[in-house]
Amino acid sequence: MRRNLWIVFGIIIIITVLAGLVDWPTGPNLSVGKYFKEFKVHEGLDLQGGVHLVYELDTSKIDEKDQSKATESVVNVIDRRINALGVSEPVIQSAKVGGKESVVVELPGVTDVNEAINLIGKTAQLKFLESNEKATSQNDAWVDAGLDGSHLRRADVQFDQSTGEPQVSIQFDTEGTKLFSQITQKNLQKPVAIELDNEIISAPTVQSAIDNGQAIISGEFSIEDAKKLTIQLNAGALPVPIKLVEQRIIGPTLGLESVQKSLVAGLVGILLIACFMIIYYKVPGLIATLALIIYTLIVLALFKIIPITLTLAGIAGFILSIGMAVDANILIFERTKEELLAKKTIGASLDDGFRRAWPSIRDSNFSSLITCLILYYGTAGVVRGFAVTLAIGILISMFTAITVSRTFLRLLVGTRLEKKLIIK
Amino acid sequence: MNIIGRRKIWYLISLILIVPGIVGLILWGLPLGIDFKGGTLIDISYQNSVNKEEIVNKLEEAGINNPNVQPGADNSFLIRTEPLDNETVQKMTTTLSKVGEGYKQNQFDSVGPTVSNDLKKKAIIAVIIASLAIIIYIAIAFRKVPRPASSWRFGVCAIIALTHDILFVVGSFAILGHFFDYEINSLFITALLTIMGFSVHDTIVVFDRIRENLRKSPSLDFETNVNNSIIQTLNRSLNTSFTVLMVLLSLFLLGGQTMQEFMLALLLGVAIGTYSSIFNASPLLVSWQSWTMNRLKRKNAS
Repeated sequence: MRRNLWIVFGIIIIITVLAGLVDWPTGPNLSVGKYFKEFKVHEGLDLQGGVHLVYELDTSKIDEKDQSKATESVVNVIDRRINALGVSEPVIQSAKVGGKESVVVELPGVTDVNEAINLIGKTAQLKFLESNEKATSQNDAWVDAGLDGSHLRRADVQFDQSTGEPQVSIQFDTEGTKLFSQITQKNLQKPVAIELDNEIISAPTVQSAIDNGQAIISGEFSIEDAKKLTIQLNAGALPVPIKLVEQRIIGPTLGLESVQKSLVAGLVGILLIACFMIIYYKVPGLIATLALIIYTLIVLALFKIIPITLTLAGIAGFILSIGMAVDANILIFERTKEELLAKKTIGASLDDGFRRAWPSIRDSNFSSLITCLILYYGTAGVVRGFAVTLAIGILISMFTAITVSRTFLRLLVGTRLEKKLIIK
Repeated sequence: MNIIGRRKIWYLISLILIVPGIVGLILWGLPLGIDFKGGTLIDISYQNSVNKEEIVNKLEEAGINNPNVQPGADNSFLIRTEPLDNETVQKMTTTLSKVGEGYKQNQFDSVGPTVSNDLKKKAIIAVIIASLAIIIYIAIAFRKVPRPASSWRFGVCAIIALTHDILFVVGSFAILGHFFDYEINSLFITALLTIMGFSVHDTIVVFDRIRENLRKSPSLDFETNVNNSIIQTLNRSLNTSFTVLMVLLSLFLLGGQTMQEFMLALLLGVAIGTYSSIFNASPLLVSWQSWTMNRLKRKNAS
């Protein structure tokens, strides 16, 4: 019996040490063979600052069954455009907002929202047009030449050799090269227009047929514009127009201030709990505090391992779960106190205290877990982060408040310290 | 200590706590933030001192109707507007950056009407589903409760106590919103759901004890068993709430401005949740029980 206790004790110590190692700011990463995982704290936008954007897709012109495919492709295109910006750890997700297909974009560390918005929002639908021979008015002066952005291999910024103005050079793929050659042949000494998002940006006159699949768009670009256009062209056009329906910018100072303040506040809170438990429950209270510290170490390690993106609401959820972890110990101790009043031995009182407190702990924690589950599936964003940390906290607290404190207390039973375990 | 015997007093106190909030809700409604009604909220600051009127004028010149400009400390301003399209938003930020020197944008939120309506709907659905799930869970967890008590009654009483807590907190925010410019955002929904979880957590601990006592001493009447259960769990209820309130209070006082309203909602909710789990949920079980008993007696008599 006692040997088993020591084995459990050993396991608890090993878990605690491992958790402590993971928690250490410069802690180790996991690498098994080819598998590598970095353990680090992922901070949410509200903690490290950044931009949060929600786009609604205009899917009115496409079939219902193709909608999710369109959303997927919008996510991919935005992802490629963002990658070109060099933002670390961007989050680009599809979502449903008010029953409409939407895409959520989170860019940590970005503060210039307009740059991001201009880059993401443009459809970047590139089209080549030739002049309409049967034109009757200004409105139908151009017809589609059958060549567009999907025939692109890549686009680059270059500079006009005589004027030094930035231009965008285009290299077509095999099919595009063929098409372009046909179009230029057909339109010798005639203008061909290059249209971007339904707007003609240049209409040069064809001097000779071009067979090498190279074209140049010059249209009074600034270097920035030219760069943006190449990114958009390389990333591909958006299959449907998108509309910005929500934007949030969180300044980095605000985030940093919140983190520091809530960390201090959390620490003060934990210290207050420890003081209360030790003053009120003496040695058992000290053991509960130890269990609480182990609890904190394990939960923080899990946040790094899973990993959980920590937000302010997430921190709040974690702190609340500390309250619930302490509650389990208070329930047990109050119960033990009653058993002691019934003149049982200390060992028997502790055992009965744990056994009888268990249904309450189980039922109350399960109802909280149900709430977490509904929060997680029913909502998004801030609320979700809260539900996740609270749920992890509750699950771990059932282990620490019960297994850890019971093992420690039982090990003290039968030693000289036994008398100190009496809860008055 | 006879808590059950004085239950009418506790019900009266609950009414006194809740009614002002309900009146506030009817008169002023909930102070919905942009998360729920759409709009733009922007927190900016300058290095030199800037006049509030100047900002309002410049914004109106840029075509923004009725901007609500609220000056804060150190030349900072909180500006609220109705929902704007992206071009107007960009125009607004360029306008603002020219009003003073050292323009800094600390926070910027712009929420369209579809997003806010969606959130409103999701929040209401989440609260309703959570309540239903809790009733069902309690009904199942307490299914072995000895007759004449029924497990459904436990579930319903827990939900009544919970509704009481939610009403108190929501009502308080209607009043706070009217007098102190408080606004509720999506974090407030998180707070409400947490309060629900906590309230039920607390109530279940007492209910568990009632279940145990009903089984252990079936000879005692229902009222005595419930009263004993409340007394036996009183220490735990108070100690737990005390520790949680300590943590919340330290977060409220030290945790920075962004979390303050969230923490206040939790503080109010945890305090009222403790009250209702002791003075409402279990006394309601007894009231219900005696009501059905009386009805049965009258039936038998006639």
